[in-house]
Amino acid sequence: MSFTSVLLLMFSAILIDNFIFSKFYGCCPFLGVSKNPSTALGMGAAVTFVMTVSSAATWLVYKYLLVRFGLEYLRTMAFILVIAAIVQLIEMFLKRFVPALYRSLGIYLPLITTNCAVLGAALTNVQRGYNLIESICFGFSAAVGFTLAILLFSGVRVRLENADPPKCFKGFPTTLIAAGLLAMAFAGFSGVRFG
Amino acid sequence: MNTEMIIIPVIIFASLGLVSGILLAVASKLFAVKTDERIPMITDALPGANCGGCGFSGCGALAESIVKGEAKCNACSVGGDAVAAKIAGIMGTDAEKTVKKRAFIACSADSTIAKKQCDYEGAYDCLAASVTGGEGACRYRCLGYGNCTKACAYGAISVKNGVAVIDSEKCVGCGACIEKCPRKLIRLLPADRSVFTVGCSSRDRGADASKACGISCIGCGICAKVCTSQAISVISNLAVIDPEKCTGCGTCAEKCPRHIIIRV
Repeated sequence: MSFTSVLLLMFSAILIDNFIFSKFYGCCPFLGVSKNPSTALGMGAAVTFVMTVSSAATWLVYKYLLVRFGLEYLRTMAFILVIAAIVQLIEMFLKRFVPALYRSLGIYLPLITTNCAVLGAALTNVQRGYNLIESICFGFSAAVGFTLAILLFSGVRVRLENADPPKCFKGFPTTLIAAGLLAMAFAGFSGVRFG
Repeated sequence: MNTEMIIIPVIIFASLGLVSGILLAVASKLFAVKTDERIPMITDALPGANCGGCGFSGCGALAESIVKGEAKCNACSVGGDAVAAKIAGIMGTDAEKTVKKRAFIACSADSTIAKKQCDYEGAYDCLAASVTGGEGACRYRCLGYGNCTKACAYGAISVKNGVAVIDSEKCVGCGACIEKCPRKLIRLLPADRSVFTVGCSSRDRGADASKACGISCIGCGICAKVCTSQAISVISNLAVIDPEKCTGCGTCAEKCPRHIIIRV
């Protein structure tokens, strides 16, 4: 593992294998909390935080608990348990020691405890056989990709508010069409080849 | 069938769950934040609409600052005296009377009266329209795209014939709409009695105001002269009636040459 390979891994996680636009993980918060850029950014920050920490924790649990006892097939269950516990712990910790951060992230943290994007990152780490550093980098950059996507989309949605589409397209249909167009734009990155 | 295959995972998962459970239990004791028990009590007593009329971000935020002593018990104008008394009971102080208010949109020119100067085809939004000037000839006319309607948590505002109208039965006087009006047409009036007010916000000079709209205030000052209680003054070409001083006699409404002083 070299520095460049980690950098490439991060770049590809942010743009090429974007969690929302190419893997369709985390579509629920993507559509639910993208009404305006400030909440989208809050959600993105919370996801980044949780995904980075949970990538590290699940890697440790997998390596030192599941592999050792031959229980790899139960990883989904174990990961959900670990992630949920960690998010709760972090939430209490923030509430006590960093109230300012708690107020800005607090409402989003419980929402993403068992978000599929968070779980997806943990499972991908295992599937691709990443080591601890790579796992943390992957979790972090996948979440940055998520933040990028939700932030871009919230900007689009703010503009959509003022649009006047035909009645049958009002609301969710236009939102989904816009999401599709944005995903197509990101599909352009899939042609990028390295080396 | 190997029983170990079942027992080992069960034991490991049970202990994993137990460890995280204990960890969380310890953490919740360790990181416990002391909150004043009066905060949730006051939050419950408040109407819970989170309208923001008190100037705080929601009912919870208001409750917090009441406990801190930064806000008064009667800060919620929506809940009125009943809620103020409840909160005062929780805080152990005397309730002060709240002044019930209601909003009033100071433009009466509906589409049958208002003069159009152009067609507006931009975004259906007051703020956007106010940048370009909108359709109306008057710079102080209600734009009628309903930003106030969207801001009202109580469904009290509707746009009728191109001008926003407030249903005083539904209006609670929270004032959430006031900030949303780019032309600053909305004012708060006392809700407990009927007062006279000027249904126009035009600060244009008399000649311009009368050219722009048939029922505009031209700032002639006749109302100020006839008022027996000195409640009316003309400020930058617009008559302003102080609702506190207005006795409701109605002389001004009779004498107004533009018939724009109305009883509300």
